[in-house]
Amino acid sequence: MREVGAEQITKVVKQLALEAAYQLGDDVREALREGLRQETSPAGQDVLNQLLENADIARDGEFPMCQDTGLAVIFVELGQDVHIVGDDINEAIQEGVRQGYEEGYLRKSACHPFTRKNTGDNTPAIIHISIVPGEKIKLTLAGKGGGSENMSRVMMLKPSDGKDGIKDYVEQRVKEAGSNPCPPIVVGVGIGGTFEKAAMLAKEALLRPLDDSNPDPELAEMEYELLERINRIGIGPAGLGGRTTALAVKVEMMSCHIASLPVAVNINCHAHRHKEVVI
Amino acid sequence: MSEPIILTPPLKDEDVSKLRAGDRVLITGTVYTGRDAAHKRLVDLLDEGKTLPIDLEGQIIYFVGPTPTRPGKSIGSAGPTTSYRMDAYSPILIERGLKGMIGKGSRSQDVIDAMVRHKAIYFAAVGGAAALISRRIESCEVVAYEDLGPEAIRKLEVKDFPAIVVNDCEGNDLYSRGVEEYALDEMEVNG
Ligand code: SF4
Repeated sequence: MREVGAEQITKVVKQLALEAAYQLGDDVREALREGLRQETSPAGQDVLNQLLENADIARDGEFPMCQDTGLAVIFVELGQDVHIVGDDINEAIQEGVRQGYEEGYLRKSACHPFTRKNTGDNTPAIIHISIVPGEKIKLTLAGKGGGSENMSRVMMLKPSDGKDGIKDYVEQRVKEAGSNPCPPIVVGVGIGGTFEKAAMLAKEALLRPLDDSNPDPELAEMEYELLERINRIGIGPAGLGGRTTALAVKVEMMSCHIASLPVAVNINCHAHRHKEVVI
Repeated sequence: MSEPIILTPPLKDEDVSKLRAGDRVLITGTVYTGRDAAHKRLVDLLDEGKTLPIDLEGQIIYFVGPTPTRPGKSIGSAGPTTSYRMDAYSPILIERGLKGMIGKGSRSQDVIDAMVRHKAIYFAAVGGAAALISRRIESCEVVAYEDLGPEAIRKLEVKDFPAIVVNDCEGNDLYSRGVEEYALDEMEVNG
């Protein structure tokens, strides 16, 4: 049994919150550059150049990439042989988010659903904990902006809709989202499971590096085909028209009920912020 | 791309009538911020027949909720938020003299109609280019609803603030035109 202090978890979460808001991942940068090479629309090229410049300014640590620094979503893979000492793991994570958002001058975007009163410290963060073998803890923080999250959906398709129905649904969703989620976007697709599991799969799909593809050849092909289809729509960077509507499509799938075909589309903007650390 | 058009609020009907969807502009001068909660309060005041805390005549509202300002800086990161959430309120403010809005994403037909009727413009700033945009904001002062935190109404002094005309006062829409222009049909891809 390995012991890990709750204060260490707080420290790590705080650091992840800061990094996510200020440091655009190399995979996203490379995808934006690749988009720039392919883009035929002058307005689209202009936007992509601005986004790369924006990432350079943010890297200095004074201005976050985007003013919407998101709700903090934290995924924890907790080794079953780890014993957390000192405090409750949930509270340790919340405290890390509190400190990171305060000290990093990040925007607090959490509010009461009815009164819309801001909670003042960006908590509660959304925490997903899963227990895994081993004695390590993997913490991943995603800063999820409202603009792109609002464009996400779960749909219970009919089994007869099949693979084509899924692809049509994803394309349709991106079309309807249009310029709202700050294209170029990253599209996470969750297929199967139940209503809530499909949404989780879609969210987890967004944690994958942009340049990988699904190890299942059928899903890898689907990712490729969907990306092609989405980039034919014409929405383009910032929705001004162009080729670069999505940087990547990531699909995750599992079995589902014989009566169901759940599909979830979780959209992320180009401020594709997620950082992970293993303790 | 053609040279950007320089705009200095307060805007008059003549300034607005000249602008066309797709025009790039650089705004210098005063711009007010406002988003969901502030819009609701402004419209509630009008419903009650009360006066607004800011004079909207000829002004531009920027839909933004910036990050907190670091010491020594004039503002934090300040990119546009998605505009459709303000659709319910914008026509009423346009009627009261508002001439411009800056945000991102499409507007409803009601807002577009109000812009045509009363001569107003909807501009887009690049969503997510918030650090870059902050450099064009020289000062920032909360002028109303401080209790709303990031959603308070701020008076910004901006210099060469870059935006693009999405909806002009003839009802043109850059987003739908952009998609039409760049959409590829099956033939082009397979052929
Ligand atoms: S969708 Fe993303 S880039 Fe756009 S405003 Fe929201 S967080 Fe920022």
